[in-house]
Amino acid sequence: MNVSIKPQTKTLLLRSVVTAIMFVASLLMLVPFIWMLSTSFKGSTEVFNFPIEWIPKQFYFKNYSHVWLNEHYPFYHFFGNSIYIALMALLGQIIVSATAAYAFAKVNFRFKNIIFVLYLSTMMIPRQATLVPYFALFRVLKIYNTHWALILPAWVNMTSIFLLRQFFLSIPEELSESAKLDGASHFRILLQIIMPLAMPAVSTLVVLGFVSVWNDYANPLVFITKRDLYTITLGIAAYIEDDMTLYNLIMVAATCAIAPIVIVYLCCQKYFIQGIATTGVKG
Amino acid sequence: MLQKRENWIGYAFLLPSLIGFIVLKLYPVLFSLFLSFCEWDLISGWDKIKFIGIQNFINMLDDRYVVSSFSNTLRYVLMVVPGQLVIGIVVAVILEKCVFFKRYFRTTFFMPYIANTVAVSVVWMAMFHPSMGPVNSILKAIGIAEPPGWLSSRDWALVTIALMSIWTGSGYNIVVNMAALQGIPSELYEAAKIDGASGFQSFRHITIPLLSPTTFFLMLIKIIGTFQVFGPVKLMTKGGPGRATMVIVYEIYREAFQYYKIGYASAQTLVLFVIIMLVTLVQMKLQKKWVYQY
Repeated sequence: MNVSIKPQTKTLLLRSVVTAIMFVASLLMLVPFIWMLSTSFKGSTEVFNFPIEWIPKQFYFKNYSHVWLNEHYPFYHFFGNSIYIALMALLGQIIVSATAAYAFAKVNFRFKNIIFVLYLSTMMIPRQATLVPYFALFRVLKIYNTHWALILPAWVNMTSIFLLRQFFLSIPEELSESAKLDGASHFRILLQIIMPLAMPAVSTLVVLGFVSVWNDYANPLVFITKRDLYTITLGIAAYIEDDMTLYNLIMVAATCAIAPIVIVYLCCQKYFIQGIATTGVKG
Repeated sequence: MLQKRENWIGYAFLLPSLIGFIVLKLYPVLFSLFLSFCEWDLISGWDKIKFIGIQNFINMLDDRYVVSSFSNTLRYVLMVVPGQLVIGIVVAVILEKCVFFKRYFRTTFFMPYIANTVAVSVVWMAMFHPSMGPVNSILKAIGIAEPPGWLSSRDWALVTIALMSIWTGSGYNIVVNMAALQGIPSELYEAAKIDGASGFQSFRHITIPLLSPTTFFLMLIKIIGTFQVFGPVKLMTKGGPGRATMVIVYEIYREAFQYYKIGYASAQTLVLFVIIMLVTLVQMKLQKKWVYQY
């Protein structure tokens, strides 16, 4: 007998099958994270047991205190360093980007367009082209082997200036004009009218900037050699170079580096997606 | 008079970024350019910088490390960029058109992109451990007697790093493509359906062309970024085994900060920059041939 299936049921069925297949694919994306998390709780001899024990037979919570309070590589310290650097970097970046973006979007001055194009053209410079000149510069400025060597370069970010300028342009001119008539200075207009309206764009910059500073490896590697000043990435790198066999402890370190970012991401997903999508589609 | 005031105000607001531009962007480029024609060891004073003309570039030609680092980087780019582009389009279309729980999928596929590269590299090293790692244990369990040695094998090391980059980087392409797909008017698909076009036909003749400006942009920035791979190589293989994963930026790092051959490293950086520029320009020229113009 010929059973005729309604078209809607057919698409519904197809949709379910595709969803199931994609679900398996999405597990491939998650498996390394899950393996990392579960290994971080295992004893050192159980790490590579096969079949894989996704849920450890016994939870070694001591792994975490061992890494976190390690004598040679105290992770709580590296964690603090990374947070401090990220906050200082972002604070400066927002101030520098907002003022520059305001000038480009709301003030008419000579050579504006030329300077803007010059700014944008620096986005093509490969990052490692700056490492050697920065190294020389930082030694002269006496900030080599200090956190400033990581904070200062982050203050000037042309992508941030570009993003904020685009957003400022979309804010109606009438708002700042009427404030001007009321006698407000440019600085007050930026601070009290433009910035509050630009909060979505600023949030996007903050989350994206936080991720890039937190995950940076090349710069700390070159500019920081004192162990006291290590960032979280340097901490992990030092850990594996020291002893590559303690996989469970290394996974604790990796989890500590990834978890904050994943939490920020899950909480502010909207801003990530917005930021990526606007820079991507409009760029 | 008023214009003069505006000029002052403009430059006052621009001042912080202008200082930054000169000190952190302009100076490094010029200094780096200058150093590529010099010999210097970075540690001793500026007066020890010695001008040697194009000697650095001549030396590069018969330096085996340099030659293999350029060819490895090219192979790496050819694996990673097409991989990320294809996955980016296919997954984005599937997620946008034919699944439930779209948001869950977007969240998971994007997750590797934001994870710390150093931490991710460490996890991959453990998972792809040739004798004990879970990947090879699984491969052995399903009957592959001699699975690849991954990072410890000359043939597989670069592929392993490329696989990791495809895993971490595709999420970015997926998110950008999904945003672009939302901008394609649905009337086009409805019209095609009425004309009797199959799903594949509308993918081929509507989705692909209308997505091509985005694909072009992604290709451009991914090629630039992929040419500069450094972290995973430094952490996972240090350019080995042998020279199998020696890539340009790692080679530059070694010359500059391990052997302190600053001039030589700067010259290589210049060559890399020129290559990236040329590749970008060629793509700009070729785009007219395949990118759909609105």
